[in-house]
Amino acid sequence: MKDKIQDIQETIVKSPVWKSVFRHGYADTPRNRILMIASNVFLHLHPSKLRRHGLTLRYTWCAGGLTFFFFLVTVVTGVLLMFYYRPVAEYAYNDMKYLQFDIPFGMVTRNMHRWAAHAMVIMVMLHMFRVFMTGSYKPPREFNWVVGVLLLTLTLLLSFTGYLLPWDQLSIWAVTVGTNMARSTPLMGSEGPLAEQVSKLTGLVTPRYDARSLLTAGTVVAAPTLLRFYVLHCIFIPIVAALLMIVHFWRVRKDGGISGPM
Amino acid sequence: MAEIKDASEIPEVIDPKTDKVHTWPHLVRAEFICGLLIFMGLFVWSLLLDAPLEEPADPTKTPNPSKAPWYFLGLQEILVYFDPWMAGVVLPSLIIVGLMVIPYIDINPKGNGYYTWKERKFAVASFCFGFLILWVSLIIVGVFLRGPGWNFFAPWAEWDPHKVVALTNVDLNILVANLTGLDILRNSVAAAIFGTILVGAYYSLIPIYWMVKVKTSKTLQELGIVRYGITAFLFLTMMSLPIKMLLRWTLNIKYIVKFPWINLNI
Repeated sequence: MKDKIQDIQETIVKSPVWKSVFRHGYADTPRNRILMIASNVFLHLHPSKLRRHGLTLRYTWCAGGLTFFFFLVTVVTGVLLMFYYRPVAEYAYNDMKYLQFDIPFGMVTRNMHRWAAHAMVIMVMLHMFRVFMTGSYKPPREFNWVVGVLLLTLTLLLSFTGYLLPWDQLSIWAVTVGTNMARSTPLMGSEGPLAEQVSKLTGLVTPRYDARSLLTAGTVVAAPTLLRFYVLHCIFIPIVAALLMIVHFWRVRKDGGISGPM
Repeated sequence: MAEIKDASEIPEVIDPKTDKVHTWPHLVRAEFICGLLIFMGLFVWSLLLDAPLEEPADPTKTPNPSKAPWYFLGLQEILVYFDPWMAGVVLPSLIIVGLMVIPYIDINPKGNGYYTWKERKFAVASFCFGFLILWVSLIIVGVFLRGPGWNFFAPWAEWDPHKVVALTNVDLNILVANLTGLDILRNSVAAAIFGTILVGAYYSLIPIYWMVKVKTSKTLQELGIVRYGITAFLFLTMMSLPIKMLLRWTLNIKYIVKFPWINLNI
């Protein structure tokens, strides 16, 4: 019986189908350990070897990795939420109620999306703090720090655009407060410094067409804002952020792996 | 000292540069366990604590206070001390740009890849001041201590929307006019010139410090005038916030300089 199982196992492992998927054995050899990383597109984010020092939690706080982890959680739960949510002012709030009370696991999916998003904001700030405190932005990693700052900004924007989507009192007023700031942009906001002069000269900066209305798609936070924030939240910012993440992770490797004493 | 009998008893000197391990299993295992634990934590948290959903959006019913999301409450708190064009546009932009230029203005090669205070005191002190004091603690104030009318409330105090707070803020030119009897400062043109001189004097600390120190300070010579100028400008701009806060708390100063014609006040 035991022999038979082994025979079957061998037939499977040696079959052309199996071999086309798995390029190396599983035996714990140094060669396989390296191939495990090098021949897997996802694990290939890592180098096949790293400094032991890079494993210490006290050094990394795991903050960058957890930021990415929370991003993945929001992507998965976000896609699930998109099945039940319509970014239309008449439907949005009712869809939220429906999601919370009628959809199986709707409430917990929404909760996970929300809390993971907040956790991502916290982790990305902690990650920046850790990277600063260990001086890891110093040569040769200067540019990767710049990419990181952009990712930090995009994380805040992702969270902020998502804040509007439940279309409740908390959403629209938080977003009203936030976007009102843009009204005061020098030159480009209708109530900002020099706006009156620019408006007199060019007729361009008006409450309807200024830095704020670019965000809110109108003079107040209303139905067009909801659609705009939805598209930014679900499509535009995630794509840009994902692109920058690719650059960020790639540069970690290209700049010599995780930082450490030189 | 004990005798060493065998080569294996000699303690190995570990060089962190060359002490490498295989990513599989060492790092992947750590990531997997970390991810699993955090996922479980997040899942349990999400089972126990529901995300907020308030009344349906109503543009005619403004809640008091209206708060931005928590991570922007530090900026909303700055609105108490600066006009929106500063608090909401210029300062946030300078924060982002200022963070991005850090690697290019900090040319101190020490402290790369390990924690140290002694080898980079100025960098660590100013970053911690900006992040922990100005960013994090202002967020805490905005989340927990601000109530209706953006007035100050202790966390345990009841929010009274009718709390009366005297508006005693004065512009600096008026305060000086009251104190010295220089009534010309009440004139808006004179006030604008007066304020510009003050702000100019503040930023002229940049060249003055350079000229006084550059001959004796090796740090400044290595830094060079461009990097020094950017660093000093960002630092002084950051410090303008605590200065404005102190002026408000002690002297009730509203504006230092006003240009009413172009709607620009600091």
